[in-house]
Amino acid sequence: MAALLEIQSVTKRYDNLAAVDNVSLELEAGEVFSLLGPSGCGKTTLLRMIAGFETPDSGRILLNGKDITALPPNKRTINTVFQNYALFPHMTVFENVAFGLRMQKKAKPEISIEVDAMLDLMELSDHASKKPNQLSGGQKQRVAIARALVNKPKLLLLDEPLAALDLKLRQRMLIELDAIHDEVGITFLYVTHDQSEAMSLSDRIAVMNHGKFEQMGSPVEIYEAPINSFVAAFIGDTNFLNGKVTAMPNDEFCTVRVPSLGDLLVWKDKDVRVGEELNLSIRPEKLRIARKKPEKPDLLNCIQAVVEDVVYLGSLTKYRLKSGEYTLIVEQQHGHYLLDEKPITWEEIVWVYWHSEDGYMLQSYQQDDESLMALSEDMPDE
Amino acid sequence: MNKPNRYVEWLLSVPTYVWLIVFFVFPTFIILWIGFKPATLNGGIDEGWTLQNYREIFSSNYTPILLRTLSISIWTTVICILIAIPVGYWLARLPARIRYWMLLLVILPFWTNMLIRIFAWKTILHPEGFIKNSLVFLGIVEPNATLLYNEGSILIVLVYTYLPFAILPIYAAAEKFDFGLLDAAADLGARSWEAFLRVFIPGIKLGLITAVLIVFIPALGSYAIPDIMGGSTSEMLGNKIAQRTFTDRNLPQASALASLFAVVVMTPVLVYQIRRSLQ
Repeated sequence: MAALLEIQSVTKRYDNLAAVDNVSLELEAGEVFSLLGPSGCGKTTLLRMIAGFETPDSGRILLNGKDITALPPNKRTINTVFQNYALFPHMTVFENVAFGLRMQKKAKPEISIEVDAMLDLMELSDHASKKPNQLSGGQKQRVAIARALVNKPKLLLLDEPLAALDLKLRQRMLIELDAIHDEVGITFLYVTHDQSEAMSLSDRIAVMNHGKFEQMGSPVEIYEAPINSFVAAFIGDTNFLNGKVTAMPNDEFCTVRVPSLGDLLVWKDKDVRVGEELNLSIRPEKLRIARKKPEKPDLLNCIQAVVEDVVYLGSLTKYRLKSGEYTLIVEQQHGHYLLDEKPITWEEIVWVYWHSEDGYMLQSYQQDDESLMALSEDMPDE
Repeated sequence: MNKPNRYVEWLLSVPTYVWLIVFFVFPTFIILWIGFKPATLNGGIDEGWTLQNYREIFSSNYTPILLRTLSISIWTTVICILIAIPVGYWLARLPARIRYWMLLLVILPFWTNMLIRIFAWKTILHPEGFIKNSLVFLGIVEPNATLLYNEGSILIVLVYTYLPFAILPIYAAAEKFDFGLLDAAADLGARSWEAFLRVFIPGIKLGLITAVLIVFIPALGSYAIPDIMGGSTSEMLGNKIAQRTFTDRNLPQASALASLFAVVVMTPVLVYQIRRSLQ
């Protein structure tokens, strides 16, 4: 199947700084694809080039095999849901939604039928004659989506569409967006800096940094098998361990000596040799914590650590532990938590253990990336 | 807000109201009142009441002046607005640093007295002046045509004088305009002029209304510009009022003209205000 949208080695520079640096991408019809990255990573610039607001310095953009690189935005069968909604304040909800159809010079009765159907789908029929300033944030959001979808675009671009909403509304809109996508089946290109939005909505995610794709893949691939420390740290919290391969006990595992932690067993998902430097990423929820050493430590790595901080979050507890030179973040869920059970608390010496398959080898590591995590080491205690 | 504050607020605004009543409302009513008085031959105001002053205005010999005043003022307003819209748009889109220098250029003419600027236009449009000679050279005007002392020269100087008053409110509205809306319009298939007309112009509506009022009203009442730039065939209402006051010494007639002018000016403002308060 030919790709719906093809981006071929697109580059865009501002004052010699590459906002988008030789990026290529293919979108399949009907998928939800997310561009995920910190602010300033170039994701919005890439989106604006696809919408037609910016022209790439080099490279081509193809829609259904047709070159649209030089086409102005009003000639593209692509519509955008803008970050601040960009609803026309002097028009009613109906007029806002009808705007695109009026620009296409469609007949009035036809416009009326299509707009009414779209308002119905988005549950906005009661608000048709209201002005945008009379709507709530979630309603504005739905008008913005309706206004784009009514034109039946081949591709819907969503530029941080939920950024202006509060958390509860954001979670509800995510579910609604998913339902809308199931309903209309249009390809979504979703730009966000929020990894949980990208994870819950997307078929595929591209993690962007400094104008380049760091990694592209399904949410599971990106989370479970991050290619480098940037991806690992940007998508959720993780623990980085740095060591050297010392032995190969069998085909599947190798022994890695991590200074100040000792020898750890690591699953060999990459080809490594003895003596090679290695960087591992272990997700906090993969680590287990207990007062007693686990009974069958065959394929487990067990180390001792001191509890520095305990943050009870209801569904889980975050622990910050100190072991050797490392500060480890552990997230533990409470399977059957009893109130009279004595919880693990500050200053306690505990065992931390994890399955040796859960330490994932990174291709590259940069210490700066650790600051991307919400619970990084230098975060002040409050 | 608590009561003592309201009291202080009221007290503080008393001087303003006193000033407005003594120096604005009161004189306005004096003029309205004199307009209904008969004139004496030696320039005074007679006893009794009369509608003669108004009858005189609506008799034929004022009609050309009233129509000319209206038409010059409307043209001034239209031309000022048509120039000010693109200028305001352009100013609002400039980077802040350059924008303030450009705004300074817009208000720069105010640093020179208006009379001097009007006289400067006399030099510019002079029969032996640069512009006249250039236009003759290019074959656009006849060598014996005059650029001065006609409705055209009044219009040019009125537009020149009131243009900043049109640019500033339109710029102020354009600066608050969310230019992302033009992107949204383009995204929805609007060509740039469609986006401009359907999204930008409604978006700066309040600025446009302010600009229209702020240009149209002083243009209607202009006196110095038609006096200096105009000729005997291009008199405006302001000149007529001055003539009746100083030359003819017929204050009631001048007052009737001024009252009529006030009604013409206030009607659109009142209509606009009432419509706004009804919304």
